[in-house]
Amino acid sequence: MKLQWGWLSPSGHSRSTLTFLLAGVTTLAGCQPNLPETVRSGLVYCSEGSPESFNPQLVTSGTTIDAISQQLYDRLLDINPENGELIPSLAKSWQVSEDGKTYRFRLRSDVQFHQTEYFTPSRPLNAQDVLFTFNRIMQTGHPFHYQGGGNYPFFQSVAWASLVEKVVAESTDSVRFELSRPDSSFLSNLATDFAAILSAEYAEQLLAANTLSRMDSHPVGTGPFRFKEYQKDVLIRYYRHKNYWREPAKPDQLVIDIVPNNARRMAKLFTHECDVVAFPRVAELKLISQRPDVDVQESTSMNVGFWAFNTSKAPFDNAKVRRALAYAINREAILQAVYFGHATAANSVLPPTSWAYNPDLTVQQYDPAIAKALLQEAGYPNGFSMDIWAMPVQRLYNPNALKMAELMQADLAQIGVRASIVSYEWNSFRRKLSDNEHDSVLIGWSADNADPDNFFRPLLSCSAAQTGTNRANWCDENFDRLISQALLTADQKQRRSYYMAAQQYLAEQMPLLSIAHSQRFQAINSDIKGVQINPYGGIALAGAIKDIK
Amino acid sequence: MTLYLLRRLFLLAFVLLALSLLAFSLAYMFPGDMLQNLTGLRYIAPEQVAVLTAEYRLDQGYLAQYIAYLQRILSGNWGLSFASQQPLLQEIGLLLPATLELAAYALLISFFAGIPLGIIAAVKPEGVISKGISALAITGYSMPVFWWALLLIMLFSLGLGWLPTAGRIGVLYEVKHVTGFMLMDILLSDSAHRNDALLNALRHMLLPTLVLATYPTTVMIRFTKDSMLEVWEQSYIKTARAKGLNRLQVLYRHGLRNALLPVIRQIGLQFSTLITLAMITEVIFSWPGIGRWLIDSIYQRNYPAIQAGLLVISTLVISVNMLTEILHTLFNPLARKR
Repeated sequence: MKLQWGWLSPSGHSRSTLTFLLAGVTTLAGCQPNLPETVRSGLVYCSEGSPESFNPQLVTSGTTIDAISQQLYDRLLDINPENGELIPSLAKSWQVSEDGKTYRFRLRSDVQFHQTEYFTPSRPLNAQDVLFTFNRIMQTGHPFHYQGGGNYPFFQSVAWASLVEKVVAESTDSVRFELSRPDSSFLSNLATDFAAILSAEYAEQLLAANTLSRMDSHPVGTGPFRFKEYQKDVLIRYYRHKNYWREPAKPDQLVIDIVPNNARRMAKLFTHECDVVAFPRVAELKLISQRPDVDVQESTSMNVGFWAFNTSKAPFDNAKVRRALAYAINREAILQAVYFGHATAANSVLPPTSWAYNPDLTVQQYDPAIAKALLQEAGYPNGFSMDIWAMPVQRLYNPNALKMAELMQADLAQIGVRASIVSYEWNSFRRKLSDNEHDSVLIGWSADNADPDNFFRPLLSCSAAQTGTNRANWCDENFDRLISQALLTADQKQRRSYYMAAQQYLAEQMPLLSIAHSQRFQAINSDIKGVQINPYGGIALAGAIKDIK
Repeated sequence: MTLYLLRRLFLLAFVLLALSLLAFSLAYMFPGDMLQNLTGLRYIAPEQVAVLTAEYRLDQGYLAQYIAYLQRILSGNWGLSFASQQPLLQEIGLLLPATLELAAYALLISFFAGIPLGIIAAVKPEGVISKGISALAITGYSMPVFWWALLLIMLFSLGLGWLPTAGRIGVLYEVKHVTGFMLMDILLSDSAHRNDALLNALRHMLLPTLVLATYPTTVMIRFTKDSMLEVWEQSYIKTARAKGLNRLQVLYRHGLRNALLPVIRQIGLQFSTLITLAMITEVIFSWPGIGRWLIDSIYQRNYPAIQAGLLVISTLVISVNMLTEILHTLFNPLARKR
């Protein structure tokens, strides 16, 4: 018995050790010990959700793109974040043929793929890698095409399969794209985060081992960071790519900490567990900016929040009704209550920063009297009943659709329109939208590149109405002609005039009411330098420097 | 004694069997496709259905299905998680040590803080110190754990900025998973910066452990005190005092050993509460343990994970209960004789 009880006697001693330990731990917390390099120069980015895949071709969600695209991959071209111009990346130069149907790219010869625990590259990037990347999307017989479901949402939305006839490797460092028709948005599409270049050599290795699915779960790219591990719903760990062809990334390690809860993400920012925090809540910006240790960055982002009418249903098939509804909405109140003033009122689907923006549009000002008159003209003197679908999630372009719907409900009541608010779980919501079950919907769009086409074709063209991404279910020949003519010419002046006309036409037809272009925010610890918001896509973290005091 | 042990083990086996029956029947009670619930496969190709039906013996009677289920459980084939499509047993193997680690440290604290405090409170039951300790214990006992946790986070993390709010270790430290117990894994790693990592892990551990330890500590204080007071009234204590031993000698030689017996039993009884509280603590501190995982699984309607999680946690609670009971008997000559 003695032995078994022995551990109880030194309890007093243990207690003091424990107190000492606790005291030591808390006091040491304040100072910076001599930390290892991977920790000292490591960066923690706290994201709002888990990635769906590690291959940008397969996804559209901004969360995934932020986490993977700029960190792991490069594209043939990049977009200069300052002015939206295309700049060389993996392609050091490019030529367009006279007829605008052939594009030739000359590749850099000094680009190394990642060396990871599961892949060691034997050669630098060459034309085969570009071929593999795009053939996977285009050729249905390609061994990797149906890997991951065979859906390439971005490429499908720009009708890639019908546009690009073939991709040819002319030599090891030269690639030719042959198009079926001229398309002036082609280069911009190559510069989006989705057009990341994958490794053909890695694909061969996976094909030989018959482990094709690893292509999208254990990524190999040419970007500033290489993949280390992914713990689902917990974190993603990247290390610096030592042989990066540009200047090597500043952080030795990049950890993407997945914290879906907004309040918890804020708490982690304040305790410096996160260096950079994605999407702070707009309502909390004031509180955050008061703290000396946190900076809030903002930039006008290429997005638009809108109210789309289902034009295939009566009475929304009548342009007069649509315009009447537009006149009835008090946008200023919405900007204050929903965006807290952190957005600009939208006059067109295009944000004012776009080169094709039409500044001379006739803008619908808030005027219930005109709205009533228009309704009378359209034959609805006593108004009607309708549904407003409010998306259930928070997005940059619409931080609170339910609140917006409530405000609009009150506005519409003034002109005799009785609106009820409808919402579903996000996945069913999108499915029902694609089936056009709605009367009207509050939703929006974030651009993937600087090209104005990105706001028109995926949102309002007839082909978008067929694939179910046209929320207004609007198919108008005149409008389609304008935007396809704009694509056929490479002359920017001429394109601009087409887009101006298209915007004017939209203002008259009003298939959707553009509400606001919201700013994008990000909160950063003030000792981090070199992180900027890219208005055209995912966040780039390679240049982040931690300034240790 | 052997007979007693055998009887206990038989009871344990019986309870576990009943538990497995419950877990097995869950697959039928959950909504959705049964084959999906059993295998955890999200998409089952039509040609796979027949193969899997045969493998899971769904074409046979319930008894055959149950036996097949038991075989799978015992051979480690627990199916996949809906959410991650990873084997469940492997996932649980990664998560369970985190919960055990948290619960173990909390229990240790409650031992080393609760028992001495309880004894001190019992020495002069009417004194100020005793009253103070009792008041503290009652406060701790009645404080909701989530509220207490948030208070501590507000003070130490957000207010003073001393301690982190979430996780087991700073995310920039990469610690290889060997045993799953963070402190042990750090000591096993050959990193040159082991001490930094250790310190970092301790800082992460401090608040959750304190929060989780609060409830068992207060229980321990109250039980030790009551038990001591009861023993104090026994005639053998009076005899010892009459022999001329001083208070401390009597306390240590005669009082403590007898008073602590019921406390041991309490550990077993409190373990299920401890695990429940651990789940709440894990959620608040984003501690990557099985409790948080189970709660997430409930939100995600991840039926295979709920089933497996329930099985593991109940088995754990029952086993610990049984173990403390056996220990209690071992230490208690009276109970042993029975």
